[in-house]
Amino acid sequence: MEASWWKSSKFWLMWVGYIIAVAAWYASVKWLPLDSFNRLPDPWSVITEWFSPEPVYGVSIFTPIYYQHIFYSVYRATASFVLAVVLGVPLGILMAWSPKFDAYASALVGLLRPIPPLAWIPLAILMFPGIELAVIYVTFLVAFFATVMNTYVGVKSIDPDYFRAALSLGSKPRDILRHVIIPGALPNIFTGLQIAMGAAWFSLAAGEMIAAQYGLGFMIFESYNLIQFPTIVIGMATLGIAGFMSSAIIRVVGNKLMRWRVQSFGIGG
Amino acid sequence: MEIEPGDFVAIVGPSGCGKSTLMNIIAGFDNVTEGQVLLDGQPLATATTPPKPGSDRVVVFQNGALFPWKTVLENVMYGPVIQNMMTPSQAEERAMDLLAKCGGLNKVAASYPPQLSSGMQRRVEIVRALINEPKILLLDEPFRAMDTVSKTVMHQHLLEMYRVCRKTIVFITHDLEEAIYLADRVVVMTSRPGTIKSIINVKLPRPRTPNMMLSAEYLALKAQAIAGVHEEAKKAFERGEREHA
Repeated sequence: MEASWWKSSKFWLMWVGYIIAVAAWYASVKWLPLDSFNRLPDPWSVITEWFSPEPVYGVSIFTPIYYQHIFYSVYRATASFVLAVVLGVPLGILMAWSPKFDAYASALVGLLRPIPPLAWIPLAILMFPGIELAVIYVTFLVAFFATVMNTYVGVKSIDPDYFRAALSLGSKPRDILRHVIIPGALPNIFTGLQIAMGAAWFSLAAGEMIAAQYGLGFMIFESYNLIQFPTIVIGMATLGIAGFMSSAIIRVVGNKLMRWRVQSFGIGG
Repeated sequence: MEIEPGDFVAIVGPSGCGKSTLMNIIAGFDNVTEGQVLLDGQPLATATTPPKPGSDRVVVFQNGALFPWKTVLENVMYGPVIQNMMTPSQAEERAMDLLAKCGGLNKVAASYPPQLSSGMQRRVEIVRALINEPKILLLDEPFRAMDTVSKTVMHQHLLEMYRVCRKTIVFITHDLEEAIYLADRVVVMTSRPGTIKSIINVKLPRPRTPNMMLSAEYLALKAQAIAGVHEEAKKAFERGEREHA
């Protein structure tokens, strides 16, 4: 990136977008003649609460409990995501590579994938000792399926000539896996990981609302029950930042691994 | 049909005559239903043995199949390194040497293939095949997608590479002029069933230059070939083939 990124119009347009969104928020809370909207916290009260050393409702950047919630959510999202990648990428490759295995697995995946993660929660609580594993399991599931499907599509979309060329050059199956399948599927795998990470946060927050003691999802729902409205918005905004940052990390790692795409086409994952 | 070591053989014929099938059989991608292919007297493919691709018959593909995720150098080094023919450093040295010999391609060794022109990509792909010291180099309509000008340049590059390495080359094409200009022998195939109609021996001296395309000898060969191919093309056309050579 150039040194004068702050001079680019893109950077300023980004801020214009934020300002419009916050203004619309302020306007709808303050000026909309609807009681239900007027109950909501306005931007200013959220900001003052968020950055206050002595927050009215007990959660701000100065309170340890805020970081405890963040820690739990990040820990669960990361654990689920890592598990999804470690299991999902090999499964996707195996399904795309072996027609036999594909026949076994794709019917099962096709049936399990559409089940909404929240529908798993009761079973997950029964299956696992402790709520922690249940929440991780439910979060893992969505990320896992997104990873499997995109890896599968990624391998299937590799030009068959690359396989033939590799065979013609004397490759063994191991070489094909390492030099054709993995690099060839990597762009799609990383698209899948972005989707998986988003899906993980989505179902994590939902899971935490139903079954957890800590975490941002729990914090949001508890604040709702306790009528601590600014804290709800703090939790939501923190989830947004966490999701954005995790996507950015995946993108950076992807661009490191796929230098050829960045150099050849100027595109990053 | 027999191909001698070091021969440059071109195979022409209308689309659908089985040129590419023949190539896939030699390369070991497709099954043989009848007959056999022998390499140095050893059966390579028969109706009973399953096909097996190998680096003794490297293919250069119609649409190009350089790995876009490897640099030019890594692409060229790939074959010898995974076959444990050379250590990576030996392979790198040999690759740079070959790339340099084939028109200064060593200058783009660190680039990724999509950054190069299609002509350069094709040359790199030929180098990637040559480094394996294959017994046969199989070229499947490698210049099909190119304009006439680039094609002429590529012909000179290919002839130069052939002069340097003297490999057996099987060149599949539907372009008669290209076939006569490049090859020692032009095999004309018939369509359905795909059999050999005639073999034209090209006695044009090497090194070949574009001027030769105006020589009486060249034109006579072309007339002979056109007659053969035209007959075939007509038959194919009448059979409802939309595309013909």
